[in-house]
Parts: sequence; structure tokens; C-alpha cells
Amino acid sequence: MTEPVLDVQDLHLAFGALKATDGVSLTLRRGEIHALIGPNGAGKSTLIGLIAGTLRPDAGQVRLNGRDVTGLDAAARARAGLARTFQVTTLAPELTVLQNAMLAVAGASGAPYRFLRPALSDPALVERASGYVARVGLAGRRAVRAGDLAHGERRRLDLAMALALAPRAFVLDEPMAGMGPDGAREMTVLLDLLKREAPILLVEHDMDAVFRLADRISVLVSGRIIASGPVEAVRADKEVQRAYLGEERLA
Amino acid sequence: MRREPLLNALILLALLAVPLAAQALDEPFLVTLATKAAILALAGVGLNLALGLGGMVSLGHAAFFGIGGYAMAVLAAPVQAYEPLMTWPMDLPGTKSMPAIWLAAMAAGALAALVIGALSLRTGGVYFIMITLAFAQMLYYFAVSWPAYGGEDGISIYVRNGFPGLDTLDPLQFFGLCLGVLLLALGAMHLIARSRFGLALDGARQNPERVAALGLRPARLKLIAFVVSGAVTALAGALFADLNRFVSPSMLHWQTSGEIMVFVILGGAGRLFGPVAGAAIFVLLEHLLGGISDYWKLFLGLALLGIVLFARGGLIGALAGRAVAHD
Repeated sequence: MTEPVLDVQDLHLAFGALKATDGVSLTLRRGEIHALIGPNGAGKSTLIGLIAGTLRPDAGQVRLNGRDVTGLDAAARARAGLARTFQVTTLAPELTVLQNAMLAVAGASGAPYRFLRPALSDPALVERASGYVARVGLAGRRAVRAGDLAHGERRRLDLAMALALAPRAFVLDEPMAGMGPDGAREMTVLLDLLKREAPILLVEHDMDAVFRLADRISVLVSGRIIASGPVEAVRADKEVQRAYLGEERLA
Repeated sequence: MRREPLLNALILLALLAVPLAAQALDEPFLVTLATKAAILALAGVGLNLALGLGGMVSLGHAAFFGIGGYAMAVLAAPVQAYEPLMTWPMDLPGTKSMPAIWLAAMAAGALAALVIGALSLRTGGVYFIMITLAFAQMLYYFAVSWPAYGGEDGISIYVRNGFPGLDTLDPLQFFGLCLGVLLLALGAMHLIARSRFGLALDGARQNPERVAALGLRPARLKLIAFVVSGAVTALAGALFADLNRFVSPSMLHWQTSGEIMVFVILGGAGRLFGPVAGAAIFVLLEHLLGGISDYWKLFLGLALLGIVLFARGGLIGALAGRAVAHD
């Protein structure tokens, strides 16, 4: 079997007495969507932070394409091929759609220290950025400021920027949040597009979307993975039903 | 819809027309005022890169302005005293040549900005403001107690330094030189703002976390911008010292930092000509109102209050609207 693209081994992180991440291991294999679900406060955001490099673990390892990236910061992990999006979609609001995408292309190319050559009219940069913007269906909105976009459009731009990194793995933090039924359908199509580029670790609250999209599911409760496996197996798991699905239904 | 370039051209034209008219009317003092406006604008152009594009609210740019001024004094004072600049580790004479002084001023300003920036950028928000302020005040008190250069009284450089091919004692020629430097700096800022670095810095100001997730390092981008910013403001300091033919610790005082910041915010932070408009208005108000009342800064304060409350893009923003991004 080939080595997983993303390999998380026994991560630990405690904030004081709270074990936010308590021995988490998971893998992301080529060509799959691996969904990470869990109730509020389960430690999903902490885990994403540890994987993306904004948080440092107390113990454990994160490997990307066989390379240990645990000691790298967020920027270095992005350059190593990890593209993440944020739960609250965050872009540079005063820049246009195209400029945001150009920022991503410039970041991916690892050459931001060019001071005098114009970037905004650099055909190579504009062309590549335009391509990514078009792929998420925002071609007609490229001159609009990111801050003026509708919620769903921001999500799409966020994905375009992740795509622009030409990553080895995507880590998407609740891309369906606040999208509504139409938006969620649209997002499903986009996630399919992303999946063709690189495998996706999908942290998601929307159960229907997860069951529809994911190849494998891991369930995080109180900082631990309590179940992991194919969709049907996890759905049938008694402990999962009690810890998570049941709560959801009661809520 | 592209009013900003037109407005910029008008500002530039006014800055050029005033001294020419003043010369024709035999009012050399007005030429000096325009020169002062151009130099202060240059100081603002430096801060604008850090504050406007980089989002670093530095209340310590007087440090770089003063370092530029003292760089001039350190190099030029030995010449008028018929002494060498140093004899150890090697013999080095002082200089009265502006290009050499400018290089030294910018290098010193950049070095100071590297040290101050590297330490200050570990913090953010109010702490960044306070730490930059503290560094500038440290240098201020150092200068006050530095007897070699006049301490509190400062030091006079009796003859203005020279520039090849120009008579710098002629007010109009010195003005032209300062305007030329200002234009070069504006040109460089225009290019930087549109370069990859400018785009990345703009992103780092608006959303450092997202920019880091794109593989860029916000802290490093900001530090580089801070260093360039310090060098430009130091160059302005060297010119300002040459304008007055006098350097004193007041150049390093935090009030100077505040004034440079006022130029930028009054004119429009992040707008290319913002500091030019701001500095011109500052000098104009000082001249017009300063003669009427000692409390002219009250009116400046009111103008600043109005701009901050009602026109977030400063004067340029109020007159030209939002910055036009691209096609």
C-alpha cells in the first residue's frame, strides 16, 4: 500500500488541564475525502490548527507526503503542500477577487520578495489567478472586492485560493457552514473538483453532506478519535450513535 | 472614475507652482516653506509604507527622522571643525557631499528600523505603538545627553552640504533637489505597492492568518516594509537637517513622530500622495494660522478629528473615493 499523503500520529495538546487533543492519529490517502466529525467542543479546530501548523503539539507527529512537518510553521507547511481553508471564511477584504487569487499564486510560487516589478499587470500571474477564479465560477466577479462578495462566493474564492497552492492535501474547515441547501449542493460539486487535485480532510458539521461525500469518516469526541472507517461502519457504530449522532437528534 | 491620478497631478503641480511663483514675486521664504513641505512629505511617504500598506502604527518614526538628521551632523560637523571623522580603526574624513550623507542616513535608518522592528513586531496593536514610542524616546534622551553634538541645544552646520552640479544654498535649487528625491521615493512606493511584495504586504495587513496559510510569512514581510520605511524617513531627516542647517534632539522627540503620523492620516493612509497632501496642509496651516494664533494646532486637531470621523481615506479618500484596484 502506498504511503498516506497526510499522516497524523498520536498528537497531544493540552491547554492546562484540558486535553484538547488526546492521542489523535489519522491518515489521508490519495484520492479520498476523509471526513472528521464531532460535536461542538470535541477539539476539531484544535486538531486543524495542529495539522496546519498554527498550533504546536505537546507530542506526536504530522507527516506530509512522508516528510515530517511537525517542526514547520503554517507558512512552511503551506509551501510543503498543505492548503487549508477557514471555518469563518477569511480573505483580504479590501483586495479584489483576482488579487486574492494572485496572492495565493504568489504565495505558492514562494517568491514574494519582488519589490519593483509590477505584479498586478504580470500576465503570467494574472492568467494563472484568473484560471483558478474561473474554475470556481467567479470569472464574472474578478474585479469585485472580496469584502463585498456574498457568503457563498467568499467560500468559493477561499477554495480557489486553496486550489492555487496546487497542494498535496486540502484541509477544509466546515466549508458547508451557512450555505443553505442550494449552496451546499454547489459546494458538493466544487469539493468533487478539488478531490481530483488532491485528497481532502473535511471537517464538517453537515451530516448529510458528510455521508454523501466522504469515503471514510473519523469521529472526534473530547479530543479522541472514537471511531474511524468507511461511512456505513461508522454510521452503525453504537458508540458513535450514543456520543454524537444521538445527541444531534436530541438537539 | 479615476480621479486619484488627476488629484495627485494637481497636488504635484501646486507643490511645483508655489515656489516658482514665490521666486518670481521675490518671496524666498515661501520657497523654504515649500521645501519643508516636500521634506516632511518624504518623511510621511516613509511612514506610509509601514502604516498605510503594512498596518504598523509606528509612533516612533521620529527615531528614523532624527537618525537621518544626526547622520548628517556626524558626517558634516568634522568638516567644519577641520577634524577627521575618525582615526581608528582607519582614517576617515567627514563629508559635505549630500549623496554620501544620504546613503549613510538611509543605512543608519534601515539598521535602526531592523532592530526596532524585529523587537516591536513581536507585539501588535497598542503594544506596538508603545514600544516604537519607547525606542524613539530612548534615542531622544540619548541625544539630549550627547555633548559631542550639542546635547539639548543641538548643533549647527553653518554651510549647507553640497550636491554635484547644484548650488544648494540657492533656495529654488535646493527645493528642486528635495522635490526630485520626493518624486523618486513616490515612484518607488508606486512600484512597491503594485509588486508581488506590495500585494503580499497588503494581504498580511488585512489577514495575516490567511496569508500564512498561503505560504507567506506576515512577520517577515512587515519587517522588510518597516526597514524600507525607516530608511526613507531617515533620508527625509537628513534633508530636513540640511534645510535648517541645524540638528537637535527635537527631531527625535515623540511629538515629531505624531506629526509624521498626522501627515499620513490627514492626507490618507495607504494612498500614494496622502503624505504629500497631509504635509502640505500641515505646513500651510502652520504658516497661515501660526501667525494669527499660538494655538494653531487646535485648528489642526479639529481638521484631523473631522477627517478621521468623516473621511476614513483622509483628504485623498474624501476627494477621490475608494482606491481603484484594477480593471
